[in-house]
Amino acid sequence: MAEQREFFFRRLHSLLGVVPIGIFLVQHLFINHLAVYGEEAFNAAAGIMHQLPFVLVLETLVIYLPILFHAILGVYIVFTSRYSTRRYGFFRNWMFALQRFTGIVLVIFIAWHVFETRVQVGLGNVDVNYSLMEGILSSTPMFWFYVVGVLSAVFHFANGLWSFLVTWGITQTPKSQRISTYVCLIVFLAVGYLGIRSLLAFAYGI
Amino acid sequence: MAEQSKVTFIITRQDGPDAAPYEETFEIPYRQNMNVISALMEIRKNPVNSKGEQTTPVMWDMNCLEEVCGACSMVINGTARQSCAALVDQLEQPIRLEPMSTFPIVRDLIVDRERMFDALKQVKAWIPIDGTYDLGPGPRMPENKRQWAYELSKCMTCGVCLEACPNVNDSSNFIGPAAISQARLFNAHPTGEMNASERLNGLMEAGGIDGCGNSQNCVQVCPKGIPLTTSIAAMNRATNIQAFKNFFGSDTAL
Repeated sequence: MAEQREFFFRRLHSLLGVVPIGIFLVQHLFINHLAVYGEEAFNAAAGIMHQLPFVLVLETLVIYLPILFHAILGVYIVFTSRYSTRRYGFFRNWMFALQRFTGIVLVIFIAWHVFETRVQVGLGNVDVNYSLMEGILSSTPMFWFYVVGVLSAVFHFANGLWSFLVTWGITQTPKSQRISTYVCLIVFLAVGYLGIRSLLAFAYGI
Repeated sequence: MAEQSKVTFIITRQDGPDAAPYEETFEIPYRQNMNVISALMEIRKNPVNSKGEQTTPVMWDMNCLEEVCGACSMVINGTARQSCAALVDQLEQPIRLEPMSTFPIVRDLIVDRERMFDALKQVKAWIPIDGTYDLGPGPRMPENKRQWAYELSKCMTCGVCLEACPNVNDSSNFIGPAAISQARLFNAHPTGEMNASERLNGLMEAGGIDGCGNSQNCVQVCPKGIPLTTSIAAMNRATNIQAFKNFFGSDTAL
């Protein structure tokens, strides 16, 4: 088994990207989307999430540790690849490069986002509610930083879902891989819509 | 075309494994139906560069001259391919020749593809039938499966897929797509199947199948049109199942 550790870590990396991180991302953006229906709707949902039993244990096991593992191994993967989109400009090669590029963007974005929201809530400096996000996103540079971050996250998830299906040997034939490309594109558009729509609601109240 | 009486080659050269690479330009007389190898032979006949200086002949590797041995792969105008099958008439000029930089360079356009043969050893890409007594005939192979397997058997270890793969490089130990597809070929063979788990375990070792990042360049560039990404996905499934069998235990783990 010892010499197969690398295989195990890469498979775990692939699994964690979808379960639980991918599921958490979708759930997170679904709850955010409640901001579109008004401040009370969002505050009520965020309050429920915040008052879940064993919330710190849940967060650690479902969010912090998986993301930390995924990020650390991911950064290693990014820096052991050689990028060749100029020489080989195929669609999948571009997706390969973008997957790694958005991964690096996400390490920065998530670190900032967690510090600005969860850590500050934990320190008791702020409360998790609509006005917290309204305050952050009312600044135009922060709004665009969040747009880039959310779109990177959704792209990384949707494209990661495609390669998850290959890594676990579910889609093997070129035809099934082509169809899953379209399915993942729909996932990207749908989840991306939720993310951007809620950012607009927080920032501009529309 | 009468005006195309000269063909220009810009060749990336290197005098030895540790020497610094440099470019040299050659102009050689055009002949009809010339390929890159016949052009290199022309340079060898008269090793004078475009400045009129006497130089050493350009070294390259070749063998079969009909795109089945894989020895003469090099990067031609930015694309890794076999130089024997690269016709001068179909190439944009000046024609740029470079060695495949994924591999250690021996001299000029000659590279050392030993890592590919080490990879075949890692995944045990052969069928063990040698013994101290006659093992008798093996099981029969259905004709449609044989035809399918023939496509995978066209791999000539030419290295083009490794050159195009973003994950085969100095900082990674990934064995590359070719050996993964070969493991699938021998696991599909009725006799080879008897040692399937040994090949799958080889694929799970360091540098194995997990190094694939799904850029799918390999299947685009393979000169033999081998469905490399289908092979990788199929071996992904097989290694995952093998990993579960290894860990949780199963009568058929071996």
